[in-house]
Amino acid sequence: MSAVVELKNLKKYFDVKEGQLHAVDDITMSFEEGTTMGVVGESGCGKSTLARTIIHLYEPTSGQIIYKGRDVTHVSRKDLPKLRQEMQIIFQDPYMTLNPRYTVEDTLKEPLILSGKYEPASLDKQLSKIMDMVGISGRLRMAYPHELSGGRRQRVGIGRALAMNPKFIVCDEPVSALDVSIQAQIINLLQDLQKEYGLTYMFVTHDMSVVRHISHNISVMYLGQLVETSPTKDLFKIALHPYSKALLSAIPSVDIDRPRKKIALKGELVSPINPKPGCRFAPRCPYACEACSKPQILRELLPNHYIACCRAEELNREALAANQENVNGILLK
Amino acid sequence: MEQTCVYQKGEDLLKVEDLSIEYTSSKKIVHATNHVLFALRRGESMALVGESGCGKSTIAKAILRILPDYGARITGGKILFDGEDLVTIPEKEMDKIRGKRISMVFQDPMTALNPVKKIVTQVSGVIRLHHPGMSRKESVQETIRMLGSVGINPNRINDYPYQFSGGMQQRVVIAIGLACNPELLLADEPTTALDVTIQSQVLDMMMDLIHERNTAMLLITHNFGIVAETCDYVGVVYGGEIVEYGTKREVLKSPAHPYTMGLLDAIPDVAKDSDRLQPIPGIMPEPSNLPAGCKFHTRCKYATEVCMSGDVPVVGLGGQHICQCHRIKEIQAERKREEEVEKP
Amino acid sequence: MNNKQSIIAENADSDADTTQKMTSAKVFWNRILHNRLAMFGGIVFLLIVLLSVFANFIAPYEYMAIDPANKFMMPCAEHLFGTDQYGRDIFSRVIYGGRWSLTLGLVTTIISTIGAIIVGSIAGYFGGTVDAVIMRIIDVIQCVPGILLTIIIATMLGSGLLNTCLALSFGAIWGGARLLRGQILTVRNQEYVEAARATNVKPFRIIIRYVLPNSIQPLIINACMSIGGTIMSASGLSFLGIGIQPPLPEWGAMLNDSLSSFRHYPYLMVAPLIFISLTVLSISLFGDGLRDALDPRMNA
Repeated sequence: MSAVVELKNLKKYFDVKEGQLHAVDDITMSFEEGTTMGVVGESGCGKSTLARTIIHLYEPTSGQIIYKGRDVTHVSRKDLPKLRQEMQIIFQDPYMTLNPRYTVEDTLKEPLILSGKYEPASLDKQLSKIMDMVGISGRLRMAYPHELSGGRRQRVGIGRALAMNPKFIVCDEPVSALDVSIQAQIINLLQDLQKEYGLTYMFVTHDMSVVRHISHNISVMYLGQLVETSPTKDLFKIALHPYSKALLSAIPSVDIDRPRKKIALKGELVSPINPKPGCRFAPRCPYACEACSKPQILRELLPNHYIACCRAEELNREALAANQENVNGILLK
Repeated sequence: MEQTCVYQKGEDLLKVEDLSIEYTSSKKIVHATNHVLFALRRGESMALVGESGCGKSTIAKAILRILPDYGARITGGKILFDGEDLVTIPEKEMDKIRGKRISMVFQDPMTALNPVKKIVTQVSGVIRLHHPGMSRKESVQETIRMLGSVGINPNRINDYPYQFSGGMQQRVVIAIGLACNPELLLADEPTTALDVTIQSQVLDMMMDLIHERNTAMLLITHNFGIVAETCDYVGVVYGGEIVEYGTKREVLKSPAHPYTMGLLDAIPDVAKDSDRLQPIPGIMPEPSNLPAGCKFHTRCKYATEVCMSGDVPVVGLGGQHICQCHRIKEIQAERKREEEVEKP
Repeated sequence: MNNKQSIIAENADSDADTTQKMTSAKVFWNRILHNRLAMFGGIVFLLIVLLSVFANFIAPYEYMAIDPANKFMMPCAEHLFGTDQYGRDIFSRVIYGGRWSLTLGLVTTIISTIGAIIVGSIAGYFGGTVDAVIMRIIDVIQCVPGILLTIIIATMLGSGLLNTCLALSFGAIWGGARLLRGQILTVRNQEYVEAARATNVKPFRIIIRYVLPNSIQPLIINACMSIGGTIMSASGLSFLGIGIQPPLPEWGAMLNDSLSSFRHYPYLMVAPLIFISLTVLSISLFGDGLRDALDPRMNA
């Protein structure tokens, strides 16, 4: 499987009064075709900024974005529309994602018209096709957003992203604002669309249970830095980074017979403005040491399982020992 | 009647009986809650679980009598707090109870705190309000103690809310809520706006505090995970009614109402792999346009003729577990059959 | 079950959606028609407008018709509001006068609103230096007291209907522009605008179809409310001897006229005063109702 999108050392800094805000700092990621990469982290970790930078709503500060082998980090105004047709985004808040003055038809037809790919005569047919794809009943064509429930609005948002026939879709917390039963509907919809059209998703969320269900690979971010990345199953089996461990342990579990042992994090988040070099999680980490103030490198400890932590080996001795052959395999590479 | 037997636990601190609340506007009547019935003893905690628009926040606001003046009316029932009916007592009496004996923690800490007043002013102000005669110095001492118990350093008491993070703000709000040692704490989605790691810290802290003080708690949430880790009892709310109630073990391990089962099925479980989630079809009906008969029948896969009209019986299932449904036995049988079929 | 079918089944219709098929236009009309005060205001204003438009059918006398023999008559059956120093029927003059006063009010408001939209949109949407420069220019202009500014410009341009309109609108553009710019700054950062950029919508179209429609309500209401104020300012200008001059029966000019004879013939003020007050009151009531009707937070 080839990578549809690759990020290499991507950075996005914002200039603020006090200095530079390191929103996204040196992210390297790869999105395989037809799969979902879950990007998790808590507020301030930069995942939303990353999402918007990849689709050029923000200009990257440095690093590379590679789409289907082409470097698209800095795209000219002329070429941007074409790129946008291939890389789309679904937003979080169903209440603010649609223009309150546009009907469903207006919202879905606009991208179709702008793509220039359709004859005016076939627009209606295409519209029905999209509404069908996302499960909106035809009689809601002339409905305004305020007449629709959150779940339906989100479907329209998904339809709008699909209208341009993209290959890569960034989903920025698409179900966080929805009720549980509706979340499940939308998650199923996204998975079905992925299977049918071979879409590649970057699924940004803070909800670990959702990401477990929908993503094939997962990346954990903390304050702009990538701390761990691996296939999803592996992360949930063994989380290697202290932050990932804390994150997983914090998820409330419905199973009353198996209460989780929670890892309590002390302290507050450091400021992402003019941060010191080194691991940004160190101030809160129960295992912090001297070496943590040096820049951390993303290393492969288990097959396809990367982690940026100087004490990774000693903190995970048992887990690594159990996987000794795999570790050796990597060392021999 | 079966339901009264279950709720009579003796020495109830809070007993909500047959509570019905309406919102009226010029066009329509919204039945926010219908004949709600539950009870809570000192030191116990109960969760009201449901999705948005089901009426759970309305119940909490009704207990504190802070429903909006225009349009909201309690059309029937009683809210018995330590014997007194909060629906009918005069406002002056209610003032003495509000904040002191019953207090509330809201969802969004940003809007719950006054942005132009220092933290110490806000917390000590509440303390002095309910302890007339206490000097300013004493109330500040008490504030420091209270903030310390929620993990906030004394050297931050002169800060303003915007200087705290969301998690710390919510801890201040909880400190204010517990400052006067209330007998009952109402918490409306207290951790929904917080990150997961902060959420778990704040919840743990809240539970420690209420256990320490033997405070009863009514927790409103839509997250079953939180329910599993905090409360003793659970009430599942749909369409303004409590459709299932019991201890958390009874409801989470052996859910009886199709809505409860649907909700539990729809949540992706972080502990296991699943190929496809089982959502509940359709969407929650508007509270102004509730269906006749069982309010859930339009979305229920086990619904039949009998569910479409008439009153729904409340059925006791042993222990403290009750459920409002016509077809419990048949549904349990069908579920067993479904599970058999799914077994490899 | 086929995946497609399950998607649609999962999304099964709820009755609620079918009953609320009203477009926002219908919701708006519904609300305003039910607001009795607003309707009262609207009808009164409409009557005043109709009186002025059909003045040539309704007025018993020509507004210029001099009748020296009957000067300074008190209100009576033949002259509802009496006659002035030239024997002209005040009632006829006042309803003809509506043509000038109302035109001043409406045209000025239209010109200043268009100006506010242009200036406010550019400042709000592009932000940065463009916004800063425009806002500083507005700051400087607004340092000059409004009425003084209007007088200066009216004096420069001279009298006449169009010139008075231009003078009056110049002062009013900036407040409206500020208002609109503030709204646009909020709307610009909403997700649906981001979504529009992500789907390749061009900036001009974003302003016209996304930003403006969602930020223009306060401006419309402001405009409606200011029609009354504009009429008063226009009357003030005429009163001061600038703008519309006698013998044209603009209400302010009529008020000016009545001043010299006020001591002996106080009734001369009554007609123009009543009409100015009624117009301002009725349009304010209607403007209140308009604001309520456009507020998306109220229930239909």
